[in-house]
Amino acid sequence: MQLEYFLILAAALFCIGIYGLVSSRNVIRVLMSIELMLNAVNLNLMAFSNYLDPAEIKGQVFAVFVITIAAAEAAVGLAIVLSIYRNRDTVDMEQFNLLKW
Amino acid sequence: MNLAEGVQIVSLGILGVLMLASALGVVLLSNIVYSAFLLAMVFASISGLYVLLNAGFVAAAQILVYVGAVNILILFGIMLVNKREDFKPVSNAWIGKIATAAVCAGLFTLLSSMVLATSWQLSTAAPAGEAAIEVIGQHFFSDFLLPFELASVLLLMALVGAIILARREYVPDDEPADQQKVLTLRERPRELVAAGSDTQES
Repeated sequence: MQLEYFLILAAALFCIGIYGLVSSRNVIRVLMSIELMLNAVNLNLMAFSNYLDPAEIKGQVFAVFVITIAAAEAAVGLAIVLSIYRNRDTVDMEQFNLLKW
Repeated sequence: MNLAEGVQIVSLGILGVLMLASALGVVLLSNIVYSAFLLAMVFASISGLYVLLNAGFVAAAQILVYVGAVNILILFGIMLVNKREDFKPVSNAWIGKIATAAVCAGLFTLLSSMVLATSWQLSTAAPAGEAAIEVIGQHFFSDFLLPFELASVLLLMALVGAIILARREYVPDDEPADQQKVLTLRERPRELVAAGSDTQES
């Protein structure tokens, strides 16, 4: 019965992450929302690995990979934010129209 | 975990409420420094949930990587981008917010009804328990060896890419032509700012 609790918690965290990703205007808050979504996915993986596959815990291996990718993503994302901030002198998502025409 | 059922339920409830409240704070608070510190609280409570899920190693990795590295990186990002600007109001922004909230609530309803309607086939195998870290290590060096090595290459690429992206680019306007051979990452010299003068700009 506890599996459903963890899955619902992860779903709620994922939806909060999507809301922050779409509606926030600060770039760094967008990066934080992406981290929240990645953590929700990790929580799902760990819950499945504990309740459906407790002997060969492949879900934990996948969670470690996701943590690795998330760390790399945060580093590159913040570097891109710094670079854009240096060029545009703003952190407002509404003013980043670099790929718009 | 050798905890009683009631203790597990209570700690799951406390950690879940803490996690969701701090996540809402991350998204909704207006001061971004508060958001960054609440993000650390989200990561810590997720680590507690991992401990409840018999995964001590990943809980420790979560604390080390997320609270120790990613969150500090985000704090440094906030510090480097500390422009206190008031965003220009966009007309009809509330329509977008309400639409996003409706979509997220709908997605959550869909996901939770799916979770509650599915009959999960819970495994009855003996859990790995304390030997989980050995099982993870055996997975890493047998059947997940290629992704493991690729992850190390990816981390190296992210390291180099972050340095290349974030450095100040060198503009060769007055460069002498015979000094091209030195293999260094040349940067534009930083504009010197006197100490104490940053209060006017921010």
